[in-house]
Amino acid sequence: MEKTAISASDLTKIYGERAALSHGNFVVPEGSICGFVGPNGSGKTTTIRMLLGLIAPTSGTATVLGESISHPEKYLPHVGAMIEGPAFYPALSGRENLKVLAELGGFPLSRVDQLLEKVDLADRGGSKFKTYSLGMKQRLGIAAALLPNPKLLILDEPTNGLDPSGIQEVRGIIKDLADSGTTVFVSSHILSELEMICEYLIMLREGRVIFSGRTQELLSGQKPIIVAKPEYDVDLTNLAKKLTDSGFNISIVDGSLHIEAAQEASATINRMAFETGITLASISVVLPTLEETFFEMTGDSK
Amino acid sequence: MIRVVIAELRKLRRPTLLLGTIATVGGLSALFTSIIFLMIDSEDGNSRRGESIGPEELSQATGLVYGFRLVGAFLGIVALCIFASQTAQEYSLGTLRNLLVRQPSRMKILAGKFISMKIFALVMVLFAGALSILISFALAGRAGVDTSAWTTSDAMELLFKSTLNIFIATLCFGTFGMILGLLLRSPISAIAVGVLWILILENILGALIKSTGKWLPGFNFSNLGEGGNPSLSYRHSVAVSLAYLIIGGAIAAVFFKRRDVAN
Repeated sequence: MEKTAISASDLTKIYGERAALSHGNFVVPEGSICGFVGPNGSGKTTTIRMLLGLIAPTSGTATVLGESISHPEKYLPHVGAMIEGPAFYPALSGRENLKVLAELGGFPLSRVDQLLEKVDLADRGGSKFKTYSLGMKQRLGIAAALLPNPKLLILDEPTNGLDPSGIQEVRGIIKDLADSGTTVFVSSHILSELEMICEYLIMLREGRVIFSGRTQELLSGQKPIIVAKPEYDVDLTNLAKKLTDSGFNISIVDGSLHIEAAQEASATINRMAFETGITLASISVVLPTLEETFFEMTGDSK
Repeated sequence: MIRVVIAELRKLRRPTLLLGTIATVGGLSALFTSIIFLMIDSEDGNSRRGESIGPEELSQATGLVYGFRLVGAFLGIVALCIFASQTAQEYSLGTLRNLLVRQPSRMKILAGKFISMKIFALVMVLFAGALSILISFALAGRAGVDTSAWTTSDAMELLFKSTLNIFIATLCFGTFGMILGLLLRSPISAIAVGVLWILILENILGALIKSTGKWLPGFNFSNLGEGGNPSLSYRHSVAVSLAYLIIGGAIAAVFFKRRDVAN
């Protein structure tokens, strides 16, 4: 049985009459990169705050690194976190801000410069936080989260405000940490990013967990699309009619036929086109992306 | 908790805050002490509310700490503002969540903050006192004040007692500010409410209904700094101040410990 870094059981937080999280059940396996996705207001940050002991659950339980969230002092020394964007003292430099947190957590001050180097802020470590760009602030937040050399790293929207190379750097940091055995629990609205790095996913909608499991399991459960493009555009409607008559569910998108069918049906479709005297310029099977799956499951439009 | 104190001191010693505070209390200390000696012959008076303090009175042992005592009341207001802003800003900047992730014990955070601000207040009081005494010695000759009584053991005892009383009063004002910071969670609101209450509302209340004065926090904190006066005993002020700070502190601590950190 897989060891779990985070495990939630009926975790619930109610504000007034609104449930920010209702009976949340999920696990994050140890050593994995787990994505945490959901529309704004779906309860992601509330859940993260409960896991960090910042807010008390209304009911339910959870464990982090094997310890109950009612005793955060037992696991937080091994947890790094960046919640809802970086929050630091504007009048202190980036280096001084990290030193405050290092002193508070009892970590060696020598780690501060190592981490500034790691997030490419060594040159600006002495500048006041208030002079930093959004991307620099975000990188400082990641450095702060890495201070304890964490067993579990919780990052809330870590790539906000980063340019493409910054995003790539963060992706590299996350992968390196996961390779060294750190569990990474990351929420992001850039679903293509999560699809690239996350083996596990937890999806939330309106305070409810609608999926918790392997990313592959989620994506393979979705119907693939076979994209067929005839050599000549005039053949498009003929082929569409032939396939519809044969019971396929099709749509025409940008001069191609999008056919909802299992991967194995591509041979049948190719044969049917040939028998009708239509040559296909291309035929391919496209699996839905995480973004498409997410929108389908959450019922939100793009 | 020592780790919290060290981390908090790093924040408090940032140049904008430390030098700004030192400049403010130094300026106040220099101003009030200088006025006493430089305006010694003025018909408009040279002390609070137009009171005149002559060379004879200043030549006694109390003359050494006269300026320091005068500035003491203002040190309290400075402490109130610093304690309130340093506490409330953790909420307004969102930094409280970082602190609590690195030190989950909220009471340790609170105690560590309080101790570090006490140290800051002590530095502030000692600096203001030292500067006031230096200026007093420097200007005494020009004002015709004999300083021979200022170096006696009586004067030293008075200096020690005054420093202690001013420090206690400063801490009371600061703690009052810290309580407001914890309850209101906004530096501007906490400072505005605290300063308005101490400087304006208490004076209005005291003027309208004289008997309320002895029960108001600001009057009693100030009285501690002055070492008591004939109309309001030191002991009474200790009891009233403690009652305010213990009750207020307990309420603020319970809120701090139990309230969700949702910002």
